Amino acid sequence: MTQFSTWDIVSNLLLAARWTVLLSILAFIGGGAVGLVVLYCRIARKPWLQRAANLYIELFQGTPLLMQLFLIFFGLPLMGLDVSPWAAAFVSLTLWTSAFLAEIWRGCVESIPKGQWEASSSLAMSFFEQLRYVVLPQALRIAVPPTVGFSVQVVKGTALTSIIGFVELSKAATIITNATFEPFTVYGFAALIYFVLCWPLSKSSQLLERKLNVAHHHH
Amino acid sequence: MSLITITEVRKSFGQNEVLKGINLDVAAGEVIAIIGKSGSGKSTLLRCINGLETINDGSITVAGAQLAPDEVHLRALRLKVGMIFQGFNLFPHLTAGRNVMLSPMVVKKVSQKEAEAEARVRLEQVGLAHKFDAYPDELSGGQQQRVAIARALAMKPLALLCDEITSALDPELVNEVLAVVKKLAEEGMTLLMVTHEMRFAREVCDRVVFMHQGRVHEIGPPEEVFANPQTAELRQFLGQS
Ligand SMILES: Nc1ncnc2c1ncn2[C@@H]1O[C@H](COP(=O)(O)OP(=O)(O)OP(=O)(O)O)[C@@H](O)[C@H]1O
Ligand SMILES: [Mg+2]
Repeated sequence: MTQFSTWDIVSNLLLAARWTVLLSILAFIGGGAVGLVVLYCRIARKPWLQRAANLYIELFQGTPLLMQLFLIFFGLPLMGLDVSPWAAAFVSLTLWTSAFLAEIWRGCVESIPKGQWEASSSLAMSFFEQLRYVVLPQALRIAVPPTVGFSVQVVKGTALTSIIGFVELSKAATIITNATFEPFTVYGFAALIYFVLCWPLSKSSQLLERKLNVAHHHH
Repeated sequence: MSLITITEVRKSFGQNEVLKGINLDVAAGEVIAIIGKSGSGKSTLLRCINGLETINDGSITVAGAQLAPDEVHLRALRLKVGMIFQGFNLFPHLTAGRNVMLSPMVVKKVSQKEAEAEARVRLEQVGLAHKFDAYPDELSGGQQQRVAIARALAMKPLALLCDEITSALDPELVNEVLAVVKKLAEEGMTLLMVTHEMRFAREVCDRVVFMHQGRVHEIGPPEEVFANPQTAELRQFLGQS
């Protein structure tokens, strides 16, 4: 049996953590883009679009991320579509993220006073123009803290993808543990790395929120 | 020929019929005060005229633009008639100048330079040229309402709807807003205003509409309506206020 120094453990974990970071970033960007589309459907004045968006949000919020992963990873091949762990991880995290972001952002849009819609309506703006120039710029400010806060959930969510064989931080920790028989050290370091990734995000979300509450000026 | 034609307009919220067949013709340049008890349907009527509410029956036309629920018709209608609200509703993320510039640029595709020049003229008109770069939360209520008026004017509407535009203001700020409205009236703007300022209505308006339970209960020149009310309801209303 080869000997693993602490540095070997940490450096291997750090190398694997790159994939955690990359997957988180891609899922967040993908989820944000899809989330915007879902948000638009959710608040557009078309009842059937609203219902479709609602169903989408409830489906992804109402089932465990793990099941979504399994369904995509094992389900799509049954339909003749071969998916790599990478693709399955990216797709399921993107869809999952989009549902949550759409719901967070919907709350922000709905917190904009009705008078803003009425004033912009009376100035002859279309629904899209109202969103683009009046409502979204204001909603965006309120949306930043909860959005940054949710990114922590995305980072932690990537750990689940280890189960379908995607080698990110958690999977690497398991592999290293199997070789070193030092679970406490290895998982301890893995947890520490997660913490180092997540803590600045949740902290800055808190700070942003406090700043927003203090700020009386909208600029 | 009248600028605004309101014919047999009915409006219900659920089972509650709020407007029960309103008829009203407004000539270009006319200034009309709408008075009446709380809940008589004054705001609802104004909101119907620029399509913030849909109507159940009847028709509304402003200079040939017909009220209809689709976006094309609504846009055409709203290009002809602007609205000022009790709560100002300025866009808080934009400066006073940008508030005035936004809609001409977005809706009418006016260039930024032209929109800015227009905004300066409009702010000047309401006595706020020096506040071009101020954000709404840096302005008093009276100033915010004047910016809202400038913003509506920048779209060059043929008529303005004003719903209790001084009700949210501290008493000492009411007059600066009324002065602006009075000047607009003198310059020939068509105005439909819901107001509790009876003295102002008497001084400035051509006709007064008294609404009661969703109907136009009495209508006439202010001298007649105020001095010689025909119905018990109007007498009672005037006695109270
Ligand atoms: N969005 C709405 N949904 C349901 N009912 C409404 C709605 N808007 C107004 N109403 C009802 O319509 C009636 C007329 O309201 P409206 O606001 O037009 O009265 P108003 O004459 O402007 O009163 P006020 O002087 O208090 O402003 C009221 O009974 C009110 O409760
Ligand atoms: Mg009212």
